[in-house]
Amino acid sequence: MPEKIYDLAIVGGGPSGLTAAIYARRRELDTVIIAGAVGGQMSLNNEIENYPGFEMTSGYELAEKMKHQADKFDAQRIEDEITSISPIDGGFILKSNNHEYQAKSVILSFGLHHREVGVPGEHEFTGRGVSYCAICDGPFFKNKTVTVIGGGNSALEAANYLSEICAKVYIINKYPQFNGTPFVIKKVSELSNVQAFQNYLTKEIKGDTKVTSIIINDANDASKTTEITTDGVFIEIGYQPKTDWLKGIVDLNPGGEIIINEKNETSVPGIFASGDCSNVPFKQIIIAAGEGAKAALQAYKYLSNK
Amino acid sequence: MSEVIFNDANFETEIMGDKPVLVDFFAPWCGPCKMQGPIIEELAKAIGDKAKVGKMNVDDNPLTAQKFNVMSVPTIIIFKNGNPAKTFNGLQSKENLTEEINKLI
Repeated sequence: MPEKIYDLAIVGGGPSGLTAAIYARRRELDTVIIAGAVGGQMSLNNEIENYPGFEMTSGYELAEKMKHQADKFDAQRIEDEITSISPIDGGFILKSNNHEYQAKSVILSFGLHHREVGVPGEHEFTGRGVSYCAICDGPFFKNKTVTVIGGGNSALEAANYLSEICAKVYIINKYPQFNGTPFVIKKVSELSNVQAFQNYLTKEIKGDTKVTSIIINDANDASKTTEITTDGVFIEIGYQPKTDWLKGIVDLNPGGEIIINEKNETSVPGIFASGDCSNVPFKQIIIAAGEGAKAALQAYKYLSNK
Repeated sequence: MSEVIFNDANFETEIMGDKPVLVDFFAPWCGPCKMQGPIIEELAKAIGDKAKVGKMNVDDNPLTAQKFNVMSVPTIIIFKNGNPAKTFNGLQSKENLTEEINKLI
């Protein structure tokens, strides 16, 4: 049992968690941020042009600035991954694989995680041809053949980027049409080395020591399969909250998002949530940051009234 | 110990020996690598002289990355006696890496 009892434990170190920490510390709450890495998804953004006050910045730079600001107000940061929360008298116990933390209130602000296709070979070949980050891993496939799974804007942007590096880019879209902005769809459809399989499902990713091919089938007829020779598979089918561990603790919506009210309260008094892992509409850095501030002020109010 | 900067020229000699050697294969254009960087620096300091910990820029040093089939960044490989003992893909926590190094000491 940990001896230290924090006023507030913030789970997650993206814009929402860091903003919450800044606000909580300015109200002099004894605050800890527990996160695997500071910055969250924001850090993966190369160019940010819609965060007021910064005409153009990178996600990494913005994350560093927010981290620096939280540090300035003496928010404690612990690098760890929380895997369970349980209520105890006067607060909550948060557990990771090797540690326990105790806090009187909690803000859940751990954002989203990339969505998986869920087919054989996906886990086996991750890092050996299967990638979830086209910007990161695209250059390893110079002049090779790659396949992008997905049909939304992120898949189309990935295909556009990869078409400049790779010899051939296939797109596997499970729907009959792309679901992106008309500008991006037009741009990708005009690329001579990009070929799309619309209305096709991914069945399996095959390989030996690394990816060698992908098997797809017609969405309307599972028996109609095609095997495509490919060196890389880029999975770009969006993001989802990783909230399995919270089932039965706080209420989640069917999409797995933590249900909050306008005061960032979850179904459990003392547990708040903010940012992309909550059911707040629009997953944006500025919104996540604002929600983090709201959650911290609400946690302060909760602790003051206790 | 402070972190080691590995390159194609020093790699073979640096990974020899019975102490575990952790190599963070990164690229300058990769967001998660930027998040991994400070974690590796902290790990190098915290682990002391029990293990060697450092980074390798795959853009400047393609030969080693190719030899060990690095197709994604960050990839972290822990070597023991010159051979890969454990490979991780994607961002890793200090805790997780410390645990794996301790298993190999």
